[in-house]
Amino acid sequence: MSLPAFGPADDPGPDFAEVLRRTGLDPFRPPNASPPGPPPFEIRHGTTIAALRYADGVVMAGDRRATAGSSIAHRAMEKVHPADRHSGVAIAGAAGPAMEMVRLFQLQLEHYEKVEGQPLSLEGKANQLSQMVRANLGMAMQGFVVVPLFAGFDVRRGVGRIYSYDPTGGRYEETDFAADGSGGRDARTTVKLGWRPDLSRAEAVELAVQALWNAADEDSATGGPDAVRGIYPSVATITAAGFEYLANAEVAERFAAVVNSEEAQQP
Amino acid sequence: MSMPFYVAPEQFMKDKADFARKNIARGRPLVASVYADGVLICAENQSKSLHKVSEIYDRIAFAGVGRYNEFDSLRRAGVQHADIKGYQFSREDVDARSLANLYAQYMGNVFTHELKPLEVEILVAEVGAAPGEDQLFHILYDGSIVDEDRFTVLGGEADAISGRLQEGFRPDWTLEEVVRRAARALSGDREPVAGDLEVAVLARSNGRRAFRRLDDAEVAAALEGSEEGARR
Repeated sequence: MSLPAFGPADDPGPDFAEVLRRTGLDPFRPPNASPPGPPPFEIRHGTTIAALRYADGVVMAGDRRATAGSSIAHRAMEKVHPADRHSGVAIAGAAGPAMEMVRLFQLQLEHYEKVEGQPLSLEGKANQLSQMVRANLGMAMQGFVVVPLFAGFDVRRGVGRIYSYDPTGGRYEETDFAADGSGGRDARTTVKLGWRPDLSRAEAVELAVQALWNAADEDSATGGPDAVRGIYPSVATITAAGFEYLANAEVAERFAAVVNSEEAQQP
Repeated sequence: MSMPFYVAPEQFMKDKADFARKNIARGRPLVASVYADGVLICAENQSKSLHKVSEIYDRIAFAGVGRYNEFDSLRRAGVQHADIKGYQFSREDVDARSLANLYAQYMGNVFTHELKPLEVEILVAEVGAAPGEDQLFHILYDGSIVDEDRFTVLGGEADAISGRLQEGFRPDWTLEEVVRRAARALSGDREPVAGDLEVAVLARSNGRRAFRRLDDAEVAAALEGSEEGARR
């Protein structure tokens, strides 16, 4: 490796994907001539993710199951990731390209911050992610669809904000909440019924946990709490203090409460 | 056809070196020192936005003195290199030693082959996992590289500043002590002023990204401490 010495005329600026392209490591290089049509193997899929606004910022949550066809491919996949200090990204869809996209997105935000000396605005981060989803469109047409959710605390405005995406890179700011993935519809309905402005942290976490419970209840590709192995869906808060995962024990406790109330309703 | 004048290679190199040294010495100096929790870098810099000290990677920082545009483009190249390497391999594989070597090669190459050498001195610092494992690489305009494990001074008056810092030096200074000592070493007879200093640390206790800038209030508080300490 040599020192990347770009001249003033061809400096890629703070764009890390462009730096990679210039050095021959294009992350979105189309795969070697592949025949059209669906791939001849089962793709790993990540499933349900949700985000909702509350008084201090945003709660993000995702189940932990990855499926390949009808089998469980992984039981502890992490779908909710910190993007940088004040934002997070959750992913649903083809697991391989999705994880790569998250990694590249995290690097892009940090690279920009270091080169420019200050972080991107929240809007700027959301647009960056949109470009990455669009760059994946070729893969999406072959079945490797990735749809992220992006949420962050806008430090300039002092509010939590949520963005959802479609496979073509379309970016939509959501006012209150969003959910995606195969169990997204059930999760969204649950949040919709329970959401109101200025939820407390405890209420917002409870609602997110309830949403994942209902998604797992209705959708076979969504994993519920796994008390035997101690694997619980991941929940994180993003506030002025930054991105923070909830401890496994706290999530376990919330799920125990949901299970108790479900049991109480049984005749 | 006119013949170019013959200049002896010794003379040619000496002229280049003198040119670079003279222009670097005109700039304001910079001090880097280890302390209990990592590495401190303290520069005289009145600008709040044109930084001399910056973050390169999780445990690596960069500092430069001399011509701003030149060391800033070196800094950007360093960030690009580190991020590419971390992406290609893993975050653990990005280290200061290999980056310092690349800088040395690049600067040595410019010194030998270009008409004008770079008028900069740079520092690549890495905080280790434990005290005693920190590394400071000081790279000169001609690509020569010096490896320090206690402190180093970049820019003009380096010897006088080193002398002042050397006195009573301890590698286990607290953050306050090291800020005070570095600022005093830089300012000499003058009283150090927080607003004229750019101070940053690579701290072990800072999580994954060890780099952190100290704001004026924090620097001022550390400098205040010195007077109380002197009275006692």
